[in-house]
Amino acid sequence: MGLASRHLLGLEGVSAEDLTQILDTSISFREILERPIKKVPTLRGVTVLNLFYEASTRTRISFELAEKRLSADSINFSASTSSVKKGESLRDTVQNIEAMKIDMVVVRHKSAGTPYFLTQCLNSNIINAGDGAHEHPTQGLLDMFTIRQKYGSLKGLRVLLVGDIKHSRVARSNIWGFKTLGANVAICGPSTLLPYEAERFGVDVYTNLDEALEGVDVVNILRIQLERQQSGMFPSQREYTHLFGLSSERLKRLNKNYTIMHPGPINRGVEITSEIADSESSVVLEQVTNGQAVRMAVLYLLSGKKGEPEETES
Amino acid sequence: MPGKSASRNKTELFLDGAGISRALTRIAHEILEHNRGAENVALVGVLTRGATLAKRLQALIEKIEGAKVELGLMDINLYRDDATTRLDQPVIQRTDILFDVVDKNIVLVDDVLYSGRTIRAAIEQLIDFGRPRSIQLAVLVDRGHRELPIRADYVGKNIPTNRTDRVNVHLDEDDGDDSISIERGAGK
Amino acid sequence: MSKSPVKKQETKAAAGIGSNYDLIVTGGDVIDPRIGVLNDATILIRDGEFVAVETDKKKVAAALKATDKSNIIDATGKLVTPGLIDLHVHLREPGREDEETVITGAQAAAAGGFTTICCMPNTTPAIDDQETVRFVLSESVGAPCRVFVVGAVTKNRAGKELAEIGDLVKAGVVAITDDGDFVQDPDLMRRALEYAQMFDIPIMQHAEDKYLVGDGVMNESFASAKLGIRGRPAVAEEIATLRDIQLAKFTGGRVHIQHVSSAGTVDAIRRAKAEGVKITAEACPHHFSLTDDEIEKKFDTNLRVNPPIRTQADVDAVIAGLVDGAIDCIATDHAPHSAEEKDVEFDQAPAGMVGLETALGLIKTRLIDKGYLSWTDAIRKLTVNPARIINQPLGDLSVGNSADLTIIDPEAQWTVDPSTFKSKSRNTPFTGWELSGKVVKTILRGKVAYSSE
Repeated sequence: MGLASRHLLGLEGVSAEDLTQILDTSISFREILERPIKKVPTLRGVTVLNLFYEASTRTRISFELAEKRLSADSINFSASTSSVKKGESLRDTVQNIEAMKIDMVVVRHKSAGTPYFLTQCLNSNIINAGDGAHEHPTQGLLDMFTIRQKYGSLKGLRVLLVGDIKHSRVARSNIWGFKTLGANVAICGPSTLLPYEAERFGVDVYTNLDEALEGVDVVNILRIQLERQQSGMFPSQREYTHLFGLSSERLKRLNKNYTIMHPGPINRGVEITSEIADSESSVVLEQVTNGQAVRMAVLYLLSGKKGEPEETES
Repeated sequence: MPGKSASRNKTELFLDGAGISRALTRIAHEILEHNRGAENVALVGVLTRGATLAKRLQALIEKIEGAKVELGLMDINLYRDDATTRLDQPVIQRTDILFDVVDKNIVLVDDVLYSGRTIRAAIEQLIDFGRPRSIQLAVLVDRGHRELPIRADYVGKNIPTNRTDRVNVHLDEDDGDDSISIERGAGK
Repeated sequence: MSKSPVKKQETKAAAGIGSNYDLIVTGGDVIDPRIGVLNDATILIRDGEFVAVETDKKKVAAALKATDKSNIIDATGKLVTPGLIDLHVHLREPGREDEETVITGAQAAAAGGFTTICCMPNTTPAIDDQETVRFVLSESVGAPCRVFVVGAVTKNRAGKELAEIGDLVKAGVVAITDDGDFVQDPDLMRRALEYAQMFDIPIMQHAEDKYLVGDGVMNESFASAKLGIRGRPAVAEEIATLRDIQLAKFTGGRVHIQHVSSAGTVDAIRRAKAEGVKITAEACPHHFSLTDDEIEKKFDTNLRVNPPIRTQADVDAVIAGLVDGAIDCIATDHAPHSAEEKDVEFDQAPAGMVGLETALGLIKTRLIDKGYLSWTDAIRKLTVNPARIINQPLGDLSVGNSADLTIIDPEAQWTVDPSTFKSKSRNTPFTGWELSGKVVKTILRGKVAYSSE
């Protein structure tokens, strides 16, 4: 028993068994969140560093709460700029902090591969909380948990991701995790915001939202960043909403039950109308609660796995 | 758990199905006697076999007393004191305590009482659910060798053992038969 | 180059055979790119020049007899080739002497079998005036490898106005380039091509359109899509190359495309050559040895290079270009970077890898052993072809030419270990690779410049 890796760097390549183990374990932690005392002593004495090189509110709070609810000690290190510019390298920064006896590191960074880089510098278990546009595995897991909660299983479900797939780490973790657990995944967005050779991800690719919505069980709406418009990826927010915004008129045609997800924060009225975001089909807030349970499960399962840094020669 | 070298070790059958059944009936009566009836009594079984025993006790008490008794199930792994020193974390099962524990007389149920560490974890977890009036302990087997100041209120069978012995409790629901046996020298 | 080597050979050879030589390399299989392989041939050297390549047993015996034993190198079982030439090397001096100096770069070159290297002008300050050219050349005095300087096309490599190209030529540059950056302004490039024709030097172009490249750090492909890393698409290189082809055609100027990495670029160059455009091209060992899906394995910053390593189809096309001659030569783009600068997040690392000391092993292992190139073809791309591009009387065994030789043990197996590099920097992605073909000795101007023993 136990996960194959002592780190959680991404969902690509993680086995169905490991994903299922994390999700099953999350059920127990989800239950703890309903107790009067939402805290267990499991990780007493474990120190977790939350290393956030990119601004984040909800993910950081979610991890911090997950750590506190497991009775771990957590410390936060936030830097808006890369330490490269401050003259200290990332390796020096993290090795200095680890020397204060850290056991686990939760890292968010704008550069893809930074969590892997940390596995080469540190003894700690590394959990990726988002690296560039690469992966955001705990978001992928909480999305899977939320879908399982509602449908029992992902097998055979049609899940559609809408928006800026190209720059979305959530989309990548979703695609890998969903597919491993047997969902049919489709993506839809402006062609400028689809990844190169997108069909090689093993997904159906759409640029027409109405076609993409056909037969869908779950729609995961991604946040559209304003700077994408400024960098010329689409002409205007107005046109984006017109072509890719999710509205009740669009959904009315579906003629079946569906679930609306959004990793947040929501641009109401842009990628999704308030009406939909707050509708009965929306599980947006449940996703947030589940996020804590999933993160507790990940922290718990990885905490037992000690090891030496996988230093490569050079 | 059947010992992998059972053929080499001496295995003694200590109690058969009928014996287990008699012991549980006695415990059920003792619980009722001690608490002057079933009112405010609730059972919480420690997963896996403690939960099975708690279910049997619930049925017995309800039959004897003709009154409902609340039952909860508990996985104590998150409260273990070695959670951060083991190589792989155990699979966490569901903890189901769907009633309010406040002011209840809670009887914790487990199969074997040994070091007392499991029961310490169970007590701590239970208190995180609220403040019971009392916490009592029922075990099918007390094999001694306590490492904490914990004792059982209700004991099915006291079995003198060495630390190197292994006590195997089999329950029909979990293992396909009812028996308590000892493998001498099979433990760590 | 209009020499008359045949006549020269006769006179010198007649005077030479039998008398004492400064150096004799005997018993090896000699590759003369003009001819092919001469088995068991002997090269006679005097005054730093080739005197003869001799296969006649009697004459060889006489020459050996008349020459001091300490001046004889027994190359039995080895390949002996003209000294290798690398058109594309970064020596980092002036400015980043912590990463490489002219001397350490030349030592690395000699260890890699090179007797001539061309250093790029993207130093600090840039090599865009006579003074800096002269500084680099003065630093190379006594170096174990000949150093040619390539000057900047534009002042401070800023892509705004032409550098004093005439002055640069006067100081000794053999070509001009803004390497590291593409000369983006097409009008400026047109003027540069026109102007450089007066001096018969090529413009070496780092062909990557900067708008299409943006802030990309790896090839744009499914590999970059998976990693979510910003891509530098192949089309950036192809458009830049196609533009320069048209400008070369229009102006009659000579353009040399550096580090060709994409299939489309190879195609474009092949077609341009067929049309008679004055275009030449080089490919680097990493572009025929590595693909971009290597990156996700370890996010090794040593794989970060511009133009980026690309897909298997691109690797195949680059090899095909080397085979059919669309690509003239192999250059290393040796780009030393400090360990500190490379030990960072993938997209924070500077682009480039060292290459001088792994080039020959990669060529043998990836091109010759796999049957793409013969030794003779490969050596042409490392000797006569680059020599022709920079218009230098080097790269073959012509009598009277500088006696530059590389002696290779063609079957020696070795493992890449950066700690043994002569270069000051260790940024190679080939650590631990098992390679075949090793430089045994490098001879510059008739003197041993490097010996593996």
